[in-house]
Amino acid sequence: MTRRVPLRDIASARAGDKGDTSNIAVWVYDPAHYPSVCRALTAERVKAAYPDLFRGTVTRYELPGLHGLNFVITRGLEGGVNASLNLDSHGKSFSFLILALEVDID
Amino acid sequence: MMVRIGCGSGGAPDRVAPAEDLARDGALDFLCFESLAERTLAQGHVERRAGRVGFSPKLEARFRAVLPHCARNGTRVLTNMGGADPKGAGRLTAHLARELGLSLKIAVIEGDDVLPLIGPDTELPETGGTVASFGRAPIAANAYIGHEAMAEALAGGADVVIAGRVSDSSLFLAPIAHAFGVAANDWSLLARGALVGHLLECSTQVTGGYFADPGYKDVPGLDNLGYPLAEVASDGSAVITKLDGTGGFVTALTVKEQLLYEIHDPAAYLTPDVSADFTTVTIDEVGRDRVRVSGATGRKRPDRLKVLVAFDGGFLAEGEIGYAGPGASDRARLAADIVRRRMMQRHGFNGELRLDLIGVASLHASAGRVSHSQDVRLRGALRSMDRRWAELLLEEIESLWMGGPAGGGGFRGRITPSVITQPTFADRTDVPCSFSWVAS
Repeated sequence: MTRRVPLRDIASARAGDKGDTSNIAVWVYDPAHYPSVCRALTAERVKAAYPDLFRGTVTRYELPGLHGLNFVITRGLEGGVNASLNLDSHGKSFSFLILALEVDID
Repeated sequence: MMVRIGCGSGGAPDRVAPAEDLARDGALDFLCFESLAERTLAQGHVERRAGRVGFSPKLEARFRAVLPHCARNGTRVLTNMGGADPKGAGRLTAHLARELGLSLKIAVIEGDDVLPLIGPDTELPETGGTVASFGRAPIAANAYIGHEAMAEALAGGADVVIAGRVSDSSLFLAPIAHAFGVAANDWSLLARGALVGHLLECSTQVTGGYFADPGYKDVPGLDNLGYPLAEVASDGSAVITKLDGTGGFVTALTVKEQLLYEIHDPAAYLTPDVSADFTTVTIDEVGRDRVRVSGATGRKRPDRLKVLVAFDGGFLAEGEIGYAGPGASDRARLAADIVRRRMMQRHGFNGELRLDLIGVASLHASAGRVSHSQDVRLRGALRSMDRRWAELLLEEIESLWMGGPAGGGGFRGRITPSVITQPTFADRTDVPCSFSWVAS
């Protein structure tokens, strides 16, 4: 039976920055949930969730052996540490933007 | 044969005490201090030009704490704390060694300063133009250099190796390559060493820092978080661990989270030493606070080195005032409106002015996430090459104390001179690197 849960219930995430590009890696706790998360959490979904913040492209890399997904978001840091006026110019807190999304799991 | 490598710092502000614990009790062969973020180095150049020190201001405190233990335990030290002035850092280290009664062979790495290679025609890919079209004079340019000069210094018998802009992972790869005699084209072994470096280079980020989420991911003993060490085998596999009695933990998940930290394509992590593939990595918990990593593979290193060119970034102004109790967010919004009208309409500021309501929408404001709060701070921020605009913003926010909405309190403001950086690339052949000894 499918149920809808906040990603934070079933996965962890960590954000990093290089220039104006953010990367957010998502790690699913239970390998059984990995296929559902791969299905639900597409690059398009991430881009569409926060279009005013994630202004460039979103690319998703998969690590099936470790049950991880890496989202690389260009023009995703409001200019990055060089130019951003966001208090969090590194986007350290952006991992929780992803964890706040809901996903359907089997 | 196994080599024990510890991390003594993962950034400029990192704490000294956990490094001292590792130096004293870690039975380490090598202790590496990473201390240079992208802009730390550029700031060092600004400091050095102003007649102040261009190397890490924490070098003295760190070395005073660890060098006596390292000398006693036969632990050799590597660091990029040399920043914009590795030779100056080397001289201070020699002075400290004399004062502490230690006989140390100190090497300094040179070659990362490539400012002479930068001209008006140098391309800055992220701007789509050149240094000339960027319109500002470069204040520094440093190449991310690899492990080789450091490994040569170790082969020459160095007890302490002081570098500037070496790649973070190279700082840890150097002792591995030296200890096992890794060939400069043994790409998979280099990739495994780079992986160890990548996992250690942010210190506590692999031992439970940047990780805790109460109720979801609880971490024990965060107030006494230990720094990591790796036990590296000759096949490049390693166990990531930490000292008994320190806080935090090392688990498969802390290692996974750090595995992809600041990484884009995990199959092609580019370093000066190797293009590493982390998709083949295996992570196993082999004991309490013991996680084995193995199986990284590698391909030929990039032909060109990444260079960061630093420019004057003008001033960042940030001012805040707070509102609390019933209607706090409405009053803070009114205050924001007043500041925007004054800056844009009355004063004619035409740059980007950011106005956040901390407690309602700030870090995630552009993501459109809004919280409800009755304890709110208005924050205004702008950047300008002209200090006067920065001062004006702070004056307008401070004036809300008397002339803004009811109950505004707790003004704070600051102006930060900033340095900005742009990446470019240099051919390896144009960036010869070497080491020299510091006279004792």
